[in-house]
Amino acid sequence: MILQLQGIAKQFGGLSALTNVSFDVSQGQILGLIGPNGAGKTTLFNVISGVFRPTTGRVYFKGDDVTGLPPYRLARMGIARTHQIVQPLNELTVLRNVMVGACFGRENLGLAAAEKVADEILEFVGLAPRARQLANSLNVAQKKRLEMARALASRPFLLLLDEVLAGLNPSEIGDMVSMVKEIRNRGVTIVMIEHVMRAVMNVSDRVIVLDYGEMIAEGTPDAISKNDKVIEAYLGDPKLAEELAD
Amino acid sequence: MNRVKNRGLWLTVGLTLAVGLWPPLTGDANNREIVVTILMYAALASSLNLMLGYTGYVNFGHIVFWGLGAYVGFYLMSALNMPLVVAVLGGGAASGLIAMLLGQAILRLRGAYFALATIGINEAARAFVSNFEPFGGPTGMSLNFKVYNAYGGAMQSLWIVYWAMLLLAIAAIVLSYAIKSSKFGLGLTAIRENEDAAEVMGVFTPTTKAWAYVLSAIIPGMAGVLFFFKNGNIEPVDAFRLHTSIEIIVMVMLGGQGTLLGPILGAGIYERLRGLLLVSPLFKNIQLVVAGIILLLIVLFIPAGVVGWLRRRILPLREWVE
Repeated sequence: MILQLQGIAKQFGGLSALTNVSFDVSQGQILGLIGPNGAGKTTLFNVISGVFRPTTGRVYFKGDDVTGLPPYRLARMGIARTHQIVQPLNELTVLRNVMVGACFGRENLGLAAAEKVADEILEFVGLAPRARQLANSLNVAQKKRLEMARALASRPFLLLLDEVLAGLNPSEIGDMVSMVKEIRNRGVTIVMIEHVMRAVMNVSDRVIVLDYGEMIAEGTPDAISKNDKVIEAYLGDPKLAEELAD
Repeated sequence: MNRVKNRGLWLTVGLTLAVGLWPPLTGDANNREIVVTILMYAALASSLNLMLGYTGYVNFGHIVFWGLGAYVGFYLMSALNMPLVVAVLGGGAASGLIAMLLGQAILRLRGAYFALATIGINEAARAFVSNFEPFGGPTGMSLNFKVYNAYGGAMQSLWIVYWAMLLLAIAAIVLSYAIKSSKFGLGLTAIRENEDAAEVMGVFTPTTKAWAYVLSAIIPGMAGVLFFFKNGNIEPVDAFRLHTSIEIIVMVMLGGQGTLLGPILGAGIYERLRGLLLVSPLFKNIQLVVAGIILLLIVLFIPAGVVGWLRRRILPLREWVE
């Protein structure tokens, strides 16, 4: 088990964003995390990556209790993430952005080694031609790739992808999905939040569904798409329910 | 790439040396006094740049390190009869230590809240020193004139201060360059651009910021000792002027925050401008108004400062100007 969550709850004042969320992720898996808007998916990522401390419950990473550790310690241990709302370091070049990931991530590289890693990763995500551009000159799809590149440059054991497909056109989605599979084939465990149902069902080994901060279902993509509770949760959005049934 | 980067360092050091060697070559006392002030502000602006330009934290309390370092150094000289070298090093160390302690408290704040806290620190430091008897309370301390005899008399002392100030300015530039081209510097710029993202990417933000704050405090502490050694006496009102802090910010912004040459250039331009304004009958009482207007214009129209603006407009300059 690379990641274990036990009874995670997170409250903001009187609002319960997460209630009693428990699941395991085993090495080399792709776990899809789905649910309607406001279900607590990103909050859960914030708990796993150390941005928020859970109100109750424990997080174990590779068997160690890491609950409440700050994000930079978890990054050093091998957890990397992308952001739903892209967070580029605007006034730095694309290359320097990725070097930050390589320098301060799990491998804690020096500048020269980090530049080499960054070059490789930029090649892999297809941003190599833009390496010398400032990050704020990229378009949305490129910024998503940059998020991915930064996370990968830290050579993580666990990669948390927060809606990397949102806002991309179908051909960009195809590219990104094959990239995600390729990353998994290199041995990185992936948890991905996604709204693009077909893609997440296609790529995930296992899917977890959150609704109002609670886990309402867990299983293979096939089982999930036939689960009554899940269909009910998505009923507010008939189009999505239809997609699920596909 | 490295060779190109080095050019930026050599140009900045070369320019500072060119200006700095001019008074000794001419032997002119008037020039020396003009240039020593420019050099001091160059050192102050360059060290402030570590916080303001590299890390993105607006510090209105930079002068506190200058003042407190000066007080500690002055105390070492006047009460304990220590030599100037020890006083300068002691002043720098004291400022660094104070920054480390203050940083624990205020570096948790961000943006405008951090800036406000630094203003508070400026006022608190003045109030503290004004009531601290070992430092002479509100009347401050004076150096016995005999102290200067150990350095070959008052005249010779002025030259010693001059050379030391030149050394400090160059030290500030070299330190800025070393940080800029290091992994630590990359961490600082990541914090400047997006502190939350930097944290998630593994930058140990609390320690990284604390070191930037400490490193930015040491050189002002040393410069303060030199300045007040030359002055002969020190008082709270002279040591903790909020508007001097603001003027240093203007210098950094004018020259170009986050660049190597910018703060040096900004200090030179601003100091010369102030020199001219102070002797003009029209402006001599309102020279701070001019500083305010300059700051306003920079923030509105060229937030990158002179160096940043030039780098953007004239691409070949990028190889030379850092």
